[in-house]
Amino acid sequence: MTNHEKQKLKDSLFSVIGYIATFSGLLILAYFLIDIFIDGFHRIDIDFLTGFPSRKAENAGIFPAWVGSVWILGLTVIFAIPIGIAAGIYFEEYAPKNKITYILEVNIANLAGVPSIIYGLLGLEVFGRLMGFGGSLLTGALTLTLLILPIIIVATRESLKAVPQSLRDASHALGATQWQTIWYQVLPSSMGGILTGTILALSRAVGETAPLIVIGALAYVDFIPNSPMDDFSVLPMQIFNWTSRPQQSFIINAAAAIIILLAITFIMNSIAIYLRNRWQKKIQW
Amino acid sequence: MAKPVQERIIELFLKGSAILTVCTTIGILLVLLSESIPFFKEVSIFEFLTDTEWTPLFTNKRFGILPLISGTLLVTLISIIVAVPIGIIIAIFLSEYASPKFRKTVKPMLEILAAVPTVVYGYFALMTVTPILQMIIPNLSGFNSLSAGIVMGIMIIPLVTSLSEDAMYAVPKSLREASFAMGASRLQTAFKVIIPAAFSGIVVSVILAIARAIGETMIVAIAAGQQPRLTFDPTVPIETITAYIVQVSSGDVPHGSLEYKTIYAAGITLFILTFSLNSISFYIRRKFQEKYQ
Repeated sequence: MTNHEKQKLKDSLFSVIGYIATFSGLLILAYFLIDIFIDGFHRIDIDFLTGFPSRKAENAGIFPAWVGSVWILGLTVIFAIPIGIAAGIYFEEYAPKNKITYILEVNIANLAGVPSIIYGLLGLEVFGRLMGFGGSLLTGALTLTLLILPIIIVATRESLKAVPQSLRDASHALGATQWQTIWYQVLPSSMGGILTGTILALSRAVGETAPLIVIGALAYVDFIPNSPMDDFSVLPMQIFNWTSRPQQSFIINAAAAIIILLAITFIMNSIAIYLRNRWQKKIQW
Repeated sequence: MAKPVQERIIELFLKGSAILTVCTTIGILLVLLSESIPFFKEVSIFEFLTDTEWTPLFTNKRFGILPLISGTLLVTLISIIVAVPIGIIIAIFLSEYASPKFRKTVKPMLEILAAVPTVVYGYFALMTVTPILQMIIPNLSGFNSLSAGIVMGIMIIPLVTSLSEDAMYAVPKSLREASFAMGASRLQTAFKVIIPAAFSGIVVSVILAIARAIGETMIVAIAAGQQPRLTFDPTVPIETITAYIVQVSSGDVPHGSLEYKTIYAAGITLFILTFSLNSISFYIRRKFQEKYQ
């Protein structure tokens, strides 16, 4: 075999290894998911979705947990979207190019790397104790807002960056102020990217467990929260609690709750991907 | 022309939102310091960093962080051994071998791995991976760092792939063409030209993966155990810094007690570890970013 042939063989060999590596992670995930479905799917029924936690695994349901998750999602949307997009607009459209802006940017990059459990410690101390919100939905949502702000800010900046300067110039030339330009021209044409990033960030918030454990979210809730000041549980907390129990029957509950949680995350991710594709097709500068 | 009042108010809100991010950082530092300084008044930093036992919740209290650090590093090491080779092979494959269409379809698919909530990975590690590993390693304990590390590795593959692939893809085409013109194969070009040229980007991806693994909580809290011990044996239960914080937070340790303050001492250790790694990666990225422009 000549040297050339040898190299060619090595090349195709690596190609095969590449394919295997690329799909190995996804195949393992698929195996996990099938496993979960076999364990938990038969457990999902109306009683499971509308029932309260119980000491008896067969009677236990996830009603308070998923209502808590919806609450947390709603409140986080209210806080995180305006603040995150506003900060993104400030950095991209207003901030002067100086040392302070640079420090602010480095700071955001660093915040994105802070482990989520540290945000839990921050939320516990500042929102839970200092402001006196305790282990309420409000504390949870504010904590998760801080956690996902860097993601929303970065996504907003990326989308605004993609809008060509000529659009802004044209708007200014027609006499529009800077804010009018942003509100009527720049934001509408970058909304797709901003929404995509925001939904991905929110789907991360829905799946978070660690910071909520730290702020004192409950694992056993026998009531439905009906105000932001109420104590709460969320789906990931319920899953963690059931997974930590030795009895097999609770493990089945955990698997069933995981299916519901994954369904929510995958729906949110699909919406985000759909928006991204639609927006990419519609606007071509 | 002066700006209208509404516009000034809007700008104030925008600026305020930006400043909030700085307040978050200051808040984190203040919270960690204000609770851990009283801790270090009662427990010397020397004891904290050198004692080999961590038993704040027992009657015989010892406050050596080393077992938690060794547990954290052990799981991190295992996850890196899984994620880095696979992640980089995928990156080379996508950047140098695959068609643009394949690359465009597969990259978002890999992101699914990172979108799955970590509590779900914890369940997988405990209920799926550990039983499988026990068939191969019969004396593997029900809680262990091996299975937590492997599952965490699978989770951070997309992080390694995405960043190192970006770095490889950014290497100018002329370098590849020059290498091909010399008669080099794709594989030779990948390993002798592209990887050296994209090296800083690959290093950044590995550092960020390490930082992510160190801060990961739910997988280890569920599957690695709650027994702080100074060991590098991957088959026995251990405890990581993050899992300890979860353990104390889910229990009912009274606020203000020394036991309670330990989570802030552990938290500040965790923060320093991840902050240093993130800063190093940021520095490398800044320094080598515009090499080809």
